[in-house]
Amino acid sequence: MSDQTQGTRFVDRLGKVYGIYTLGFLGFFALMAIVEQLGASAQLIGILFLLFTIAIYATIGWLSRTMQVDAYYVAGREVPAFYNGMATAADWMSGASFVALAGGIYFGGYPYLGFVIGWTGGYVLVNALMAPYLRKFGCYTVPDFIGTRYGGNLARLCAVLVLVVASFTYVTAQINATGTIAARALAIPFEFGVWFGLLGILLCSMLGGMRGVTWTQVAQYIVLIIAYLVPVIWMSNAQGFGIIPHFTYGDAALRIAELEAEYGLVAAAQSVAGLKVLTTAHFDPQGGLDSWKFVTLALCMMAGTASLPHILMRYFTTPSVRQARKSVGWSLFFIFLLYFTAPALATLTKLQLLDPNLATAVVGKAIDDVSNLEWIQNWTAVGMLSVVDQNGDGIVQLNEFFMRPDIVVLATPEIAGLPYVISGLVAAGGMAAAMSTADGLLLAIANALSHDLYYKIIDPKADTKRRLIVARVLLVVIGVLAALIASLQLTGILGAVAWAFCFACSGLFFPLVLGIWWKRANRPGAIAGMIAGFAAGTIYLIHVYNGGDQLWSIDHLRFGMIGMPVSLVAMVVVSLVTEAPDAEMQAMVDETRVPTGKTILAETH
Amino acid sequence: MSQDNRRLHWAKTSRLTYWVLAIWLLFGYVFPFFAKDLDGGSFLGFPLGYYMIVQGSLIVFVLLIVGHNFLQDRIDEECGLSDE
Repeated sequence: MSDQTQGTRFVDRLGKVYGIYTLGFLGFFALMAIVEQLGASAQLIGILFLLFTIAIYATIGWLSRTMQVDAYYVAGREVPAFYNGMATAADWMSGASFVALAGGIYFGGYPYLGFVIGWTGGYVLVNALMAPYLRKFGCYTVPDFIGTRYGGNLARLCAVLVLVVASFTYVTAQINATGTIAARALAIPFEFGVWFGLLGILLCSMLGGMRGVTWTQVAQYIVLIIAYLVPVIWMSNAQGFGIIPHFTYGDAALRIAELEAEYGLVAAAQSVAGLKVLTTAHFDPQGGLDSWKFVTLALCMMAGTASLPHILMRYFTTPSVRQARKSVGWSLFFIFLLYFTAPALATLTKLQLLDPNLATAVVGKAIDDVSNLEWIQNWTAVGMLSVVDQNGDGIVQLNEFFMRPDIVVLATPEIAGLPYVISGLVAAGGMAAAMSTADGLLLAIANALSHDLYYKIIDPKADTKRRLIVARVLLVVIGVLAALIASLQLTGILGAVAWAFCFACSGLFFPLVLGIWWKRANRPGAIAGMIAGFAAGTIYLIHVYNGGDQLWSIDHLRFGMIGMPVSLVAMVVVSLVTEAPDAEMQAMVDETRVPTGKTILAETH
Repeated sequence: MSQDNRRLHWAKTSRLTYWVLAIWLLFGYVFPFFAKDLDGGSFLGFPLGYYMIVQGSLIVFVLLIVGHNFLQDRIDEECGLSDE
């Protein structure tokens, strides 16, 4: 894997290596289950799970160390489609997808499901409009494409700016998530958890750059998908919902609708800070405005997917254009495995809590019994859950059961009475999800700054060694900054994630798409598109976030709906009133559109 | 590799892409938009509108990418522009 071992190439042994790894992880899981039976504490199992998995990632990071530019920036362009698909899926599925998605579906109903459609359908755009062409281009970073396609440092700089803002917004949320998980599993304060998480993240990415991140992300995907699927399937079998619940939970959804009508969805008499009661129907689309909110959210998330640099740069690492396309298909398949499980999880967990016919029910039961449940006590102790008999009738009502949305996944094994080893597994999965995304994002930011800002703009004469040292220093600096901000805990996990998508699509979507699909697009147009779109989106975000009036019911989660049209209009108008790109640039676009032949940029640049 | 060949390749590629985007629009936006109306129907015991959003459209997206790539590979090969 490292530069020294050139005997048999690591990429030729991938199947064997990751096969053994997967079996090893399952073996570790079995071992932990035995250790639990022998009487080990839940705490110890949680700690072992985290330390064992992070030690493996760090080892991979160490073995992937490199001093070659193309290995550092694009993993040597030798990642096969199947593995790049797994790495992208881990890159993509953040702490938010893993931890908060099912909780969001649980509480958010139809409008929230816009995230599910948006975060999967975006890959159709990635495949149709972006990935194969960017791979043909041969860039190291997304601003590298913008800078070369449109020419000039200003265009490159604008792209770097949008990239940094979008990715930084996202990465703080991920480091926050690693901190939350580490804090709970290791029983350390959140502030320490954040630094512990950052250390793990840097161990994966600093020495090997994209190569290190790629091979750790594959390992992280394997952990996270096992950690997501095993509890759901186990729970389903333990509670009698079927062997594989995914295709049979329709009845559960219908039953929930009945129960919701019976209990009534009413706000709590007295709210509890930071916690929520269920007030939105499981699935009850109203049409009209409700549908509008759904599709606008989905559109922002899809366009954001197709413009987020940490995702696009994964497709620079495949050996060919065809492999790049193929790996988009694998990416979405691996993502799909989690995304079609999340609604099943949310539905079955909700049914277990709501249906008085089930032993696990909480709502409709006597308050004294509920308060004595172990899992209720555990989560109440950390302030993430609360059951209060506000109407004093001795029975828990639907609006007396308070919960923090993002504990749904973490608490499911406990609700269903599964052994603690499952909770340890889930913690390791959440950690893998948050770490892998944070790695991709930090690398995207540091690479844009080191390659585009430092090497291309500030010091084009820098030698390889210097470039790679600068890249690593930046990686650490940005990681530390992100951890500092994360430790301030400014936003909930999901708010910041949606913002990152909106920043990215406001500033980058049209300059990227039109750079390939519209030959007439030129430098002034692209610059106008990036600046106007990004500025309009940002101003609107600040406006609505501070309580300003909403335009067409577009809230702060969807500000890309303002940024994108502004960007499109600005780019088209400015392109048309200024001179057409010269023949050389037009030929470059033509060349980008065919899969054969040399990349536009040299193999190493 | 002739200029005409490249033009043909791009014309076919664009046409395929437009079809893909049309299907994407249908499953990503049109069906979810009319989820309330679709809910009258039922599939595998799920209300249809709900099914499409939590599963149906997702499956279509995966198949759409696979199908797109299959046809795109054919176009590339027909025009002698495949890179593998």
